[in-house]
Amino acid sequence: MSTLFEVSNLSKEFGGLQVSRDISLALAEGERLALIGPNGAGKTTFVNLVTGRIRPSAGQVRLGGEDITALGAVQRVRRGLVRTFQVTRLFPDMTPEEHVVMTILQRHGRATRIFARFHGDSAARDEAAEILATLGLTEVSSRKVATIAYGQQRLLEIAIALAQRPKVLLLDEPAAGVPSADTPRIEEALAQLPPSLAVLMIEHDMDLVFRFAKRVVVLAAGELIFQGLPAEVARDAKVREAYLGSYAHAGS
Amino acid sequence: MTGATLPHDTAPRLRTLGQDLLGLALIALAGLAGYALFPDNLAFLTRVVSVALLVLSLDLIVGYCGIASLGQGALYGTGAYAAGIACLHGVTEPFLLILIGAAAGAVMGLLMGAVMLRAHGLPQLVLSIAIVQLLHEAANKASSITGGSDGLSGMVPAPLFGVFEFDLWGRSAYFFGLALLILVFAALRFIVRSPFGMVCRGLKEDPLRISALGIRAFPVLLKMFAISGAVAGMGGALAAIATQVVGLDSVSFEISANALVMLVLGGIGHLYGALIGTVIFMALEHVVAAINPFHWMTLVGAVLIAIVLFAPRGLSGTLDEAARLLTRSRWRAGR
Ligand SMILES: Nc1ncnc2c1ncn2[C@@H]1O[C@H](COP(=O)(O)OP(=O)(O)O)[C@@H](O)[C@H]1O
Ligand SMILES: [Mg+2]
Repeated sequence: MSTLFEVSNLSKEFGGLQVSRDISLALAEGERLALIGPNGAGKTTFVNLVTGRIRPSAGQVRLGGEDITALGAVQRVRRGLVRTFQVTRLFPDMTPEEHVVMTILQRHGRATRIFARFHGDSAARDEAAEILATLGLTEVSSRKVATIAYGQQRLLEIAIALAQRPKVLLLDEPAAGVPSADTPRIEEALAQLPPSLAVLMIEHDMDLVFRFAKRVVVLAAGELIFQGLPAEVARDAKVREAYLGSYAHAGS
Repeated sequence: MTGATLPHDTAPRLRTLGQDLLGLALIALAGLAGYALFPDNLAFLTRVVSVALLVLSLDLIVGYCGIASLGQGALYGTGAYAAGIACLHGVTEPFLLILIGAAAGAVMGLLMGAVMLRAHGLPQLVLSIAIVQLLHEAANKASSITGGSDGLSGMVPAPLFGVFEFDLWGRSAYFFGLALLILVFAALRFIVRSPFGMVCRGLKEDPLRISALGIRAFPVLLKMFAISGAVAGMGGALAAIATQVVGLDSVSFEISANALVMLVLGGIGHLYGALIGTVIFMALEHVVAAINPFHWMTLVGAVLIAIVLFAPRGLSGTLDEAARLLTRSRWRAGR
């Protein structure tokens, strides 16, 4: 497996606060990597940094061999680096279908056409219907997002990401805020992600992490303190101290 | 597959088409009613139509892109002056004058957008004011072209279709304006439902989400500024043709602020709201100002406060809500 996505020596401080310290990690095609760490460790900031939403103080981001550190957020998306949001960012007055159709139109370069009907693009609508079906959203596809369940909104975030046909997908706590009864649906969606897609998932639910990821990295206070197999993470002394210690206390 | 989705597809499409045709018919009807009821006030009614175009153009920016502007008069005035100047230089064909107003407004829209889109929020609003003030001053100073504070006058547009004179009665101007308004309104309804229109709605709601889809906001918003400028410019050109004068008031902060008041009054982001707000504001102004010219703004202020407090979505939004409640209860009863 070749490296598809590579972050090297990434750092960022907000004021005096160091939220990312010299982070380096690589992701290969088809890899499933979990990024874990206590609240405030800098996980979301890491996603914001690599997707170009905020600028790093130092470090490099490479995608498919190309240095994309200087590129803006939109350019990175267009090159296949796609993220989801920890708190859903959807349009409450639009339907799931409209979200996905807009995404597909963008992929085909038709998203900002004036002389066309948004709802008249049957190719885009067929593709959207297919994606929504794989995520079990067919029933709610033409309801306003404001009226569908939060778990369905989270699935829609994933549907949008899939419609973008990414090379690298960064999932920021895809199950956050979802009632536990609905997490199996999310997990199922994650299991169905295209095999060649490189996925980095931030997640707090350790059971989900263990089932999903072949490799785990741990971030604490902005620093990567562990990279390895899921089975080893619980045994690592530093990790226990920084994260799983409190987790274990809370859990048992 | 396609066969199965067809009824599901065409029903909403027919419904929106029906709504649009109904809406256009209502505008035409209201226009004709205005003609029948106030045949001696056609100059005023034509001004309402012209300002309605201005307020519609503002709704594109405010209601569909979420960008507040207190400088829309810059676009309206540009259209008015462009048409006026062209007319004085021998271009008298009314359709051509409207096109000239649209083009000039669109170009000014591009410039205004390019400046305003550098900022966000309050600074952006301040920029819009600065632009209209600047243009106002420019129009005042360049008196050899614009007539300065006296404005332009003496334009004589050619008769419509070579037959209908733009005379004192103002009948030609009114029907010309009404037809223009209906055409523009139909075009805008189409535009706001295009992929472009949907992206604008998305940008208003959450620009970050749109950029995460890989869509660049700037060119989209700039395009909307150009369209908005074209619409406002047509409004200005219509005023120039109908009144045969163009004054500094057409490129003023006051007309810009009034346009925003009318839009909020009617409700933003519907297009219909722009029309309703314009008609109500200008009718109030017309009637109350005749009775008591000093207190008419007091009344408008009171009405605005009442609307913001009791109908925050504007009159059209509230009507919408009422209609929805009515149809919903009917639907329930039908089940
Ligand atoms: N824009 C910002 N300005 C200042 N501090 C920030 C900003 N964004 C995040 N932080 C801080 O950075 C730290 C890491 O936040 P975050 O990346 O959201 O953590 P996590 O996702 O791991 O819970 C937190 O202490 C947070 O308060
Ligand atoms: Mg986070």
